[in-house]
Amino acid sequence: MKPWKRRGDLVHADIDRQEAAVLRGLVSQIDDMLRARIEDAPQDELAELTGIRTGPSTSPDDPILSRLLPDFHRLDDDNPSKADLDSAAMLRSLHEPTLLDLKTGVAGIVLETCPMYGGGIRLSLEQADAWLSALNDVRLALGTAIEVTEDMPDELPEDDPRSPHLSVYHWLTWVQESLVQALSTP
Amino acid sequence: MTAAVDMEQTQATPAGSEAVSEDRPWQTIVWNDPVNLMSYVTYVFQKLFGYSRDRATKLMLDVHHEGKAIVSSGSKDKVEADVARLHAAGLWATMEHTS
Repeated sequence: MKPWKRRGDLVHADIDRQEAAVLRGLVSQIDDMLRARIEDAPQDELAELTGIRTGPSTSPDDPILSRLLPDFHRLDDDNPSKADLDSAAMLRSLHEPTLLDLKTGVAGIVLETCPMYGGGIRLSLEQADAWLSALNDVRLALGTAIEVTEDMPDELPEDDPRSPHLSVYHWLTWVQESLVQALSTP
Repeated sequence: MTAAVDMEQTQATPAGSEAVSEDRPWQTIVWNDPVNLMSYVTYVFQKLFGYSRDRATKLMLDVHHEGKAIVSSGSKDKVEADVARLHAAGLWATMEHTS
C-alpha cells in the first residue's frame, strides 16, 4: 500500500490482496466482538415499551472490549466513590448502545469499501473519517492484546509470540497516520 | 500516545490550565494511552470541538506529556455528550465534577 492521497472531497489508495485480507479480517473480528456485546444487552419490558435501549451497567470483563467501551469516570483508583460507581453504571447503560452502533457502523463502512481481493479504495471524506475510527479501534484492540507500550521497539525478539502481531500493528499505525495526513492537507 | 513518524516536540505547558468557572461545573478529561496517534488525537480535537490546529496540538501535547488534559467543560449534559463522542473516536475520556 502506498500513502493515501486526497483529491478534493475524495481520498484514495490502493491496497494489495494480502493487506486487504489482513485488514478485513481484523475489522470483522472487532465487529463480531462488538455484536456479541450487543447480544448480551439486557432485555427488559420497559425498554421495549419506551423504545429507550439500555445497555449493560458494568464494564466488559474482556480487556479489549473494555478499552473500546470505556467508563465515563475513572474507576481504577484504589477506592472509587459510590457516587462515581453509580454514575458510571448509569452512564454506561445509557450510552453504550449508541457507542456500539457507531463502532459496528464504522467497521461496516470499511468492510463495504475495502475490496475483498485488493485494489483501489475510493472514499468520501465521511467514509474516510469512518475508516480512521475503525483503524483506531483495530489498533486499540491489537495494542491491548499485545500490551503495546509507548516505547515499544520496532521489532521484538523472534521468539516473542507477539512479534508477528507487532508488525501488523505497525502497519496499521502507518495506514492510519497516512490517512490523517491526507485528511489534514486539503 | 505514539507518533508514527518523528515529529518536532515543543515544550508543553502544565495540564489543567483551562479556566474553571462556576457555570462550567463539569470537565472532560482525556488520558494518555500508548496506542492513540498524536496526529489523530489532534485531528479529533479539531474535528469534535472545532478547535484551531494550534489549540488542538497544545491539548494533545498536554495529554502526551502530563498524562491528561481538560479538553472541554460545561454543563453535565454537554460534558457527557463530549465524552460519548470521544469514546466513539477511540480516545480514553472521562468526566469529572469540579468541586
